[in-house]
Amino acid sequence: MTWAVISQAFGLVFDPYVLWVIFASAMFGLFVGCVPGLTATMATALLVPITFFMPPVPAVAAIVTCTAMAIFAGDIPGALLRIPGTPASAAYTDEAYAMTKKGQAEVALGAGLVFSAIGGLFGTAVMIWMAPALAEVALKFSSFEYFWLVVLGLAGAVFIGSQSTLKAVISLLLGLLVACIGLDNPGAHPRFTFGNTELTGGVSLIPMMVGMFAVSEILRYVTSTLPPPPFITQKIGNVFRGMWQLTVQYRWPILRGSALGTIIGIQPGSGADMASWMSYAMSKRFSKEPEKFGTGHVEGIIESGAANNSSLAGAWIPALVFGIPGDSITAIAIGVLYLKNMNPGPTIFINNPENIYAIFLVFILANLIMLPLGWMAIKAAKNVLRAPRNILMPVILLFCVVGSFAINNTPFGVLLILVFGLAAFVLEDNGFPSAPAILGVVLGGMLEENFITSMIKSDGDPFVFFTRPIAGGLAAATLVILGWPLLVRLWRGMRRRQAA
Amino acid sequence: MKLNDAVFGALFLVLSLLVLWTVQSYPKIPGQNIGPAAFPAVIAALLAVCSLMLIVQGVRARGQVPWFSRDGWTGQRRPLIAFAVTVGGLAVYVAASDRIGFLILGMLMLLAMMFALRVRPIAALVVAVVATLLIHFAFYKGLRVPLPWGLLPVLY
Repeated sequence: MTWAVISQAFGLVFDPYVLWVIFASAMFGLFVGCVPGLTATMATALLVPITFFMPPVPAVAAIVTCTAMAIFAGDIPGALLRIPGTPASAAYTDEAYAMTKKGQAEVALGAGLVFSAIGGLFGTAVMIWMAPALAEVALKFSSFEYFWLVVLGLAGAVFIGSQSTLKAVISLLLGLLVACIGLDNPGAHPRFTFGNTELTGGVSLIPMMVGMFAVSEILRYVTSTLPPPPFITQKIGNVFRGMWQLTVQYRWPILRGSALGTIIGIQPGSGADMASWMSYAMSKRFSKEPEKFGTGHVEGIIESGAANNSSLAGAWIPALVFGIPGDSITAIAIGVLYLKNMNPGPTIFINNPENIYAIFLVFILANLIMLPLGWMAIKAAKNVLRAPRNILMPVILLFCVVGSFAINNTPFGVLLILVFGLAAFVLEDNGFPSAPAILGVVLGGMLEENFITSMIKSDGDPFVFFTRPIAGGLAAATLVILGWPLLVRLWRGMRRRQAA
Repeated sequence: MKLNDAVFGALFLVLSLLVLWTVQSYPKIPGQNIGPAAFPAVIAALLAVCSLMLIVQGVRARGQVPWFSRDGWTGQRRPLIAFAVTVGGLAVYVAASDRIGFLILGMLMLLAMMFALRVRPIAALVVAVVATLLIHFAFYKGLRVPLPWGLLPVLY
C-alpha cells in the first residue's frame, strides 16, 4: 500500500508541468533572496495569488521551493555587500562579509550553499519521520486537546524570541480580534462587519499577508534614508572547493544547527530568522575557538546556515498535522492548503497520503536542485545585485495590487493590503512584532471553535479542559510556558532577598 | 513615527472597550450560555489588561521616551513624497479603479512612484508601460482575472 502511494506521489511530482513550476519558483526564490529588502515571506505572499490558479501539488511545490531558495540566497548579498538578503541571514552577515574582505568569499558562499542544502535535507528527514507518527496520535485528539494545542502554539509564539513579551501579546490579541470579524462564529452573527458585505466572510488572509509582509516592506524601503550600498567587485572562485573537509571537520556543529533549526521551526511563530540567530549564538558558545567568531570564521556560518534552512521543513510538521503554522511562511501556506481542499489535519495523512508524500518529495528535490541552481545564482550575483530597487519596488507594488484583487475580484482586497500594510509598518516601527498577529488571525477561528465546542460538550464546566489525560498534559505545558517569566522573576527576587 | 507606549496603550484600551460595548448587543444562542459574544469579549478583556500595563510602562519611561517623536525620514522631502505617493496611489486605486481602469491607473501609479524614487524619466516611462502591460496580460489573459478596463474600450 505504501509503495503504491509513493509511486503515485512520484507521478504527481515528476510531471513536466510540476517540474517547470518548481524550476520557475526556484529562480524566483533565488532572485528575491538575493535582493535586499525582499524577504522569503514576501516571496510566498507574492506567489499565493498565482498558486491560486494551480492544482494542489504544484501550488505547494512552488511555495516550498521558492522559500528554500530565498533563505539560501539571502546569504549572497550578506557576504558581498554586508546587507542580508533576507532577515534569516542577518545573524552571520558580518561574519560572511569579514570572510569576503579576507579574500574568502567563495568559502563563505559555498558554506552557505552546501550547508543550507544539508540543513534542509535534515529538516525534511525529521518531517518525513515525525509527521505521520504525530498524525496517528492527533487522530485521538478531541476539541479539548486542540484547544490547548492552539493555546500552546500561541503562547510559544509570544514568549520565544520577542523583545517585549507585552507587545507580542498585544499583537497576538489584535490578530485574534481580526479573526472574529465576519459570520463564521457560533450563532453566525455578523460580528464587526459595520454593515459591509465584503467583511461578512471575514478578512481574507491573503490580502492581509500581502499587506503585512510586502506592502509594509515597500513602505520601509521608500522611507529609508540610507544611501545605496557600495559594491565590491571581487572574483569568486569555485564555491565547492574544500566543502568536504568542512563537512567532516564540523560534522557536530552541522548536526546541532540542523536539529536546533528543526525544533525552532516546529515551534509556532518562530521561523528561519530566530533559528539562525539562536544557532549562531549556540555555535559560538560551544565552539573550541570562540575568539575567532566575528573575524571571518566559517564555523558560525555553517551552523546557522544549516539551521535556517532546516527550520523551513520543521515548520511544516505542525502545519500539516494540526493545521498550526510553525512560522509565518507556513501560515500563508495553510491558507493555500485550505483553498486547495487539502485541509491540514491528521486525516489528510489517511485520505490523501499521496499528496503528503508528494510534499515530502518536493522538499527533497528542492534541497537537491539548490546546489546547481545556487551555484548559478552565485555566479550571476554581481548582475542580480545591480538590479535597481527603485524600479523593482514600484513594480512589486503593482503586482501586490493585482494579486490581492484576484482573490475575490473586488478592489476591497486592495484596501486590505493598504490598511494592513500601514498598520504593520507603524506597529513594527514601534516594536510590535507582526508574526504573533498573523498567527492570531490564522488560528483565531480554530481557537474559538474548539473553545465553544468544548464548553458546550462539558455544559459550561471548565474543569473538563484539564481532566482528559492528553489535554491535562498539554494544559500543564501551556501553563508552564505562560508562567515561566513570572517564575524566573520570583526566583530572582528570592535569591536577591537571600543575598541581602 | 515613534509614539510613547502609553499612547498605543490608550488607543488599544479604547479599542477593547469599544469591542466590549459592541458585543453586549449580540444575540444569545437559545439554550446555551455561550454565544457569539463570548470569544471576542474574552479577547477584548485581555487586551484591556495588556493596554493598562502598556500605559504604566509608557508613563514610567516618559523621561527617556517622548510622547511623539519623528523618524529621520519624516523630516526629509524625498522619502516623505515617496511615502505619500505609495499610500496615495493605493488609495486612489481602491476608489477609482472601476471607473478609470487598471491599465491607465497602473501606469500612472508606477510613473509617480518611480519619479518619487528618482528613476530617470525615460526609463520610468518604458518600465511603467511595459510592466503594466505584462502584468495585465499575465493576469487578464493567463489567469482570467477580470481586471477593470474603465475608460478604455475592451481591447482583447
